[in-house]
Amino acid sequence: MFSFKSIETYHQYLATHPDGCTIAVKYYLERIEENKHLNAYLEVFAEEALTRAAQLDSQRAAGKPIGKLHGVVISIKDVIAYKGHKVSASSRMLEGYTSLYNATAVERLLAEEAIIIGRNNCDEFAMGSTNENSAYGPTRNALDPDRVPGGSSGGSAVAVQADLCMLSLGSDTGGSVRQPADFCGIIGLKPTYGTISRYGLLAYASSFDQIGVFGKIIADLAMVLAVISGPDEYDSTALSNKQEINDLSILSSNTPPPRVAYFREAIEHPSLDPEIRYTLLQFIDTLQQDGAVVTEVPFDYLDFIVPAYYVLTTAEASSNLSRYDGVKFGHRGAAQPGDTLDAFYKKNRTEGFGKEVQRRILLGTFVLSAGHYDAYFTKAQQVRQLLVEKTTQVFQDFDALIMPTVPATAFRLGEKSDDPIALYLADIYTVFANLTGIPGISLPLFKHSNGMPFGLQVMTDRYQDPYLLQLSFNWLSRYQGVNLQG
Amino acid sequence: MQYETVIGLEVHIQLLTESKLFSGDSAAFGGEPNTHVSPITLGHPGTLPRMNRKAIEYAVKLGLVLECDIARRNYFARKHYFYPDLPKGYQVTQHTTPICNKGRVWIKTSEGERSVQLNRIHMEEDAGKSMHDQDAYNSLVDYNRAGVPLLELVTEPDLHSAEEAAAFLTELRKTVRHLEICDGNMEEGSMRCDANISLRPKGETQLGTKVEVKNMNSIRNVRKAIDFEVARLTALLNAGETIIQETRSFDADKDSTFSIRKKEHAEDYRYFAEPDLTPFKITEAYIQQVRESVPLMPDQLFEHYTKELGLSEYDAQVISNDKELVRYYEALTRETKSYKAGANWLLGPVKSYCNDRQIPLDEYPLAPMQLAGVIELIEEGKINFSIASSKVVPYMMDNGGISAAEAAAKLNVVQDSDEGSILPLIEEVLQSMPDKVAEYRKGKKGLVGLFVGEIIKRSKGKADPKVVNQLLAEKLK
Repeated sequence: MFSFKSIETYHQYLATHPDGCTIAVKYYLERIEENKHLNAYLEVFAEEALTRAAQLDSQRAAGKPIGKLHGVVISIKDVIAYKGHKVSASSRMLEGYTSLYNATAVERLLAEEAIIIGRNNCDEFAMGSTNENSAYGPTRNALDPDRVPGGSSGGSAVAVQADLCMLSLGSDTGGSVRQPADFCGIIGLKPTYGTISRYGLLAYASSFDQIGVFGKIIADLAMVLAVISGPDEYDSTALSNKQEINDLSILSSNTPPPRVAYFREAIEHPSLDPEIRYTLLQFIDTLQQDGAVVTEVPFDYLDFIVPAYYVLTTAEASSNLSRYDGVKFGHRGAAQPGDTLDAFYKKNRTEGFGKEVQRRILLGTFVLSAGHYDAYFTKAQQVRQLLVEKTTQVFQDFDALIMPTVPATAFRLGEKSDDPIALYLADIYTVFANLTGIPGISLPLFKHSNGMPFGLQVMTDRYQDPYLLQLSFNWLSRYQGVNLQG
Repeated sequence: MQYETVIGLEVHIQLLTESKLFSGDSAAFGGEPNTHVSPITLGHPGTLPRMNRKAIEYAVKLGLVLECDIARRNYFARKHYFYPDLPKGYQVTQHTTPICNKGRVWIKTSEGERSVQLNRIHMEEDAGKSMHDQDAYNSLVDYNRAGVPLLELVTEPDLHSAEEAAAFLTELRKTVRHLEICDGNMEEGSMRCDANISLRPKGETQLGTKVEVKNMNSIRNVRKAIDFEVARLTALLNAGETIIQETRSFDADKDSTFSIRKKEHAEDYRYFAEPDLTPFKITEAYIQQVRESVPLMPDQLFEHYTKELGLSEYDAQVISNDKELVRYYEALTRETKSYKAGANWLLGPVKSYCNDRQIPLDEYPLAPMQLAGVIELIEEGKINFSIASSKVVPYMMDNGGISAAEAAAKLNVVQDSDEGSILPLIEEVLQSMPDKVAEYRKGKKGLVGLFVGEIIKRSKGKADPKVVNQLLAEKLK
């Protein structure tokens, strides 16, 4: 019986199993079939994955050196372009649309011999935090199918959670990787803005969007990140300096005790589940006992960050989604004789976009419109600037910042679908990293008395992704599975 | 009442870059519809813009020549509106932060010379082309033009007549052609002009309500459209009517304009900084580098040609105003110091050769270096002009690449300027016609031509007339 522990052990397994890739792909295809009710995949590239696996197996047999992600079975969120494959952003708008090119991240995965097994369900155009905004039905949390997996990268999270692939790619604009990782009990990493090229990532909010990785062990995430990160001539916002995340040996060496900050206001926030708060305080104690310096830092802006985030992201979204007009591609309604151009656009966009996407387009158009621009958009940009300055300050004195990932554990399906504001507010801990561009990770350290997991969110300064991975490795090795409440 | 006309122009200058502003697609004019396109041009999901650095260079070049302030920190913004020929639903433009501010263009009109103040020049991407008359039921869109880099140049409301507007455009077109950043072809739309026209009572400082006129695809039409509008607006004002702000289109068949839309309220384009492109800085060093690549401009060339090279104002004017002539002449004068002779050759035999055959100057068979060789031979007295133009040059054209000296030698037409061989001929001729010599001495000076002609004839055309004249004059003293 095939089982996956890490890329390293998988590659050892392949050394003694000539048809190992094929066995792995068959295993995942079966798992996916058995777990269809979770609705984690919108499409499975079964034939193609098997063909590629066979190819890789024969390459190995011929003695060809193997790529870094040789045979690693990966699924991608349905907002990442894969040439010749459908990409729909879980929207009716792009139903049947086929991508004409590869996202840079996909290109790099394939170059290192990964196998892309399918595309994952998500909230429409990555807007949402429950995966209920998909035009193709919600994804369910494998730990409790009556609960949501989180969003917007819910399908990608469940694919890893339920062992339907080895690793997956999501995208994180305001927590869309870290939040579902928290709800599903796995690791979700959002690197520093610009670490991974956005070329081929269907845009939600360009200055916030970042591709992220789901997995179960840090070394695997580090490996995928090393492969897909780095400068890209197709994305001018991709960082020009390739970060040194290739060296996995850093992940086992000893590091000096970290200086860790946490925001008092974040821990004291009334929306935070008391049990999560208590667990975090316990964890802080434990860290201190183990030699870390953990310090409470005041943070006056907590209540401004969600409004600033939603003003800026909806503004960018209203612009980014303008291209979906039904002229060149995408949904086109049935034209009536005498329709005006306006009627044509309205029909295409009303039928093509779901409710939440329409809501955000309207919000974004509003905050950018003359008469409201300064009160909303300009103000929110000022808040963002303040947050960037504050962040720089914090990381002058500290190596890491910790927070809850989400104020609660996974919601029940339908629990919050009528209350968008409540859902927006639940992003309180994750949007900070996107507003400031810093990397963040959700580590599956804790379990709630309701049976659901929840994570610890760790952030570092911009470009400190290697250190973030190192620290995450240390803490997971030390505290994962340890009963801290105990 | 007396009215003053106030005109501001907005000129779109399509840049001659090889690729588009934000993608590698060809920026060439024309092509089969939708062949110069890629996922980036079509705004396909997930694509991002890639900056074309050449466009920045061209913008800075024009800005420097037009004496603009060059912005050091630059970014693009998105201008939002829905139209089928706009692939992304927004245009990426520097509208809010132009790369060039202020500046001026010098114009000459019947009233003399003055400078027209500019407001700005900014970069932006062009839209595609909508066609509403190709199909009975559908509008068609060609995205070849979408994403082609444009400079939008906006003047202050600083022009006051159709004549001035025409002079301005003529000058601007000359400049962009000279810089080789735009072909200036208004018919094909690579240079497009909109005019904002308003009238106000003479002496009034506040601007009147303006009318915007579009679709004038030649400088002549800009002139006609402005004349028509001024007359129309004057009549309206004289009749006591109020002018409404509107956009009008020029009708080239009727030489008139018609309303295409009234502007009741300003459009809201919801500009914000383009998050897909990082801001770019222009350094002093970069500006210096571009400055060094700017060729001398027509006015500077005119100065140079008249003051330093000694050309006539007429010749200097003709050459400096034509990019092709300048290029040939500059190459020519790198090879010979006979500047005036060079100009004479260029504007005489070379130009008429091209005119007769209707070929552009760059297809003239002799390279500037070869022609310079011909000029040098004449200056050295080795051949004369008529031998050069009737024999040497045609021979060189037939024997590609050959030098003037080689050609003259092959043709055996090199003049003899050796006193030792010319003097005996002079003696011979003078002795053969003693009566003519006597007449000459009595004052019939015109006979010198006869002697010279006879001497050259006896030399079989090879004696250098200059030397002959000189020696003969001494002999006859």
